[in-house]
Amino acid sequence: MKRIVTGVVALALMATAASADIKIGAIVSETGPASSLGDPEARTIRMMVEELNTRGGIKGEKLKLVLYDDSGDPSKAKTFATRLVEDDSVVAMVGGTTTGTSLAILAVAEESKVPFISLAGAIEIIDPVKPYVFKTPHTDRMACLKIFEDMKSRGLVKIGLISGTDGFGASMRAQCLTVAKSSGIEIVADETYGPKDADMTPQLTNIRNKPGIQAILNSGFGQGPATITRNYAQLGITLPLYQSHGVASNAFIELSGAKNAEGVRLPGTALLVGELLDPKDPQKAVVLAYKASFEKAAGGAPVSTFGGYAHDAMRILTGAIAKAPSAKPAAIRDAIEATTGLVGTTGTYNYSKTDHLGLDLSAFRILEINNGGWKLVQ
Amino acid sequence: MSDLLQFLASGVTVGAVYALVALGFTIIYNASDVVNFAQGEFVMLGGMISVAGVAAGLPLPLAALIAIAVTSAIGVALNTFAIEPARGAPVVSLIIITIGASIFIRGVTQIVLGKGTHRLPSFSGDEPLHVFGATVLPQSLWVTAGAVAIFVALWLFFTRTLTGRAVLATSNNRLAAQLVGINTRFVMTLSFALSAAIGALAGVLITPILPTSFEVGISLALKGFAAAMLGGMGSPKGALTGGLLLGLMEALTAGYISSHYKDAVAFFVILAVLFAFPRGLYGSNPTERV
Repeated sequence: MKRIVTGVVALALMATAASADIKIGAIVSETGPASSLGDPEARTIRMMVEELNTRGGIKGEKLKLVLYDDSGDPSKAKTFATRLVEDDSVVAMVGGTTTGTSLAILAVAEESKVPFISLAGAIEIIDPVKPYVFKTPHTDRMACLKIFEDMKSRGLVKIGLISGTDGFGASMRAQCLTVAKSSGIEIVADETYGPKDADMTPQLTNIRNKPGIQAILNSGFGQGPATITRNYAQLGITLPLYQSHGVASNAFIELSGAKNAEGVRLPGTALLVGELLDPKDPQKAVVLAYKASFEKAAGGAPVSTFGGYAHDAMRILTGAIAKAPSAKPAAIRDAIEATTGLVGTTGTYNYSKTDHLGLDLSAFRILEINNGGWKLVQ
Repeated sequence: MSDLLQFLASGVTVGAVYALVALGFTIIYNASDVVNFAQGEFVMLGGMISVAGVAAGLPLPLAALIAIAVTSAIGVALNTFAIEPARGAPVVSLIIITIGASIFIRGVTQIVLGKGTHRLPSFSGDEPLHVFGATVLPQSLWVTAGAVAIFVALWLFFTRTLTGRAVLATSNNRLAAQLVGINTRFVMTLSFALSAAIGALAGVLITPILPTSFEVGISLALKGFAAAMLGGMGSPKGALTGGLLLGLMEALTAGYISSHYKDAVAFFVILAVLFAFPRGLYGSNPTERV
């Protein structure tokens, strides 16, 4: 009798284990200084988990999401990562809105061998390759290379660089300075500004006065690039102006004023110009579908590149869980690394043992601001 | 020559922004010796509420008036619910309360008015004025004129009106002020209302130049505080001079030395000045009577 009871209990336990939810964790900066990035990321992650579950989950198992808001604080991110791994026993993590929070989470992920897909830009996250860490956004270096490629095609080789002193601006400035020479670009001016400065005309005046200068590149994020664009028009500078991928959004045009921003070029993702893409473009269907469902779920808030990073991370993760032989962290990690040809909003991902970013330069499109909207160059 | 003029124009524009923020510190400081670290939040509220008003279809002057009135009410609420109950606490505790209040205001603004960055349209268009080869935006003139106007108004208030002198008396010795019949509670309420109103007006004036979002208050308060310290805390003349000096130093350093050292040079000069004049350029010399 006792044996039968034990058997029944064991069977019952097995049954619950088989139909148990798959638990995944997310840590994003939904509030705080990086909230304009983290907010669309959080919305996207919640929306996609819900969509997946209404479609029946993965292999009949529901996905359970545990999402924490680190408010942009790396030490909070680290605490939440530890909690996700130790208390919530998640099988994988997504998040790390900023480079700082991503670096904090990836230390925990590596130590506890739980796969982590980061949503932050810095190349340090995946270089050198760490077995359990992947990321979806392209790097600053790729943005520099893409911009330089476009400049060279227009015959612009002597350029001035102006950068914000915040993390984004400083990191992109360093990357652009590193790859300029090999790209055949000569940087003849190198100025900086504070991210919240009200006026950058002294810096722009000095750059304009450099002999032989042909174009100006601003590596910056937030409101600084909009101020630069307005100062540019104020000073009547006619050199081509390039901005970074950090401001690829309609808010940038609005803050700069459409007239001032006319002709500004920047590298952006397909997400921003979904309607303009060639119908044969494999990304077209993906970005339009994401745009439609996000804008519906967010009550009309426009899609942003950052939500797109979260979308791609979730697609990669759920795809890997579906393919993995078991829902164990190690098996999921192997399946993520084996992801190839996955078309996301940012680009087409081809992960490998040596590449945990999986994107190439084709992920970036050069966009030009035209009559207050966007135009695809090339 | 045109380069120098451009640097000066930039310096005056940025300096006037700092001066506007610095001027807001003076009244509360004069009434209570408290450096109000929520002053940046008042500036932010002025900008954010007028942006919300304009977005709702109100004409800019009306939206600006509403923003100033609402911010003023928030200033009074800050005094009534946070500063007044802690009366008698050391000044340091009161300063910490204002820091807490600034975090609270930021959080509420983020929830109520959103996380986006916004800009107001310029009051007189975006067509730059050309002066001997340098360019100035009309809005810079508005900001500079606003800073000078507030300075004159404050100077008249503190030297020519009885209420202004009552504020100064309250700061000097609260008990003695009460004994001569000054309603010190009213003085405190008034000083928060006026400071908040000045902050909000500053926010309205600068938002066409410097886009606003829920978090701009911190960096504005920091630069405004530096300007006020340089000029002398509590002195309207000091706030105006300190702000303009700070802006000019930043612009000239960026123009002639290197933009990498812009902030470093400015803060080095502030340290040097404070070393020579510990209470700032126009700071009052306290005479303690025994």
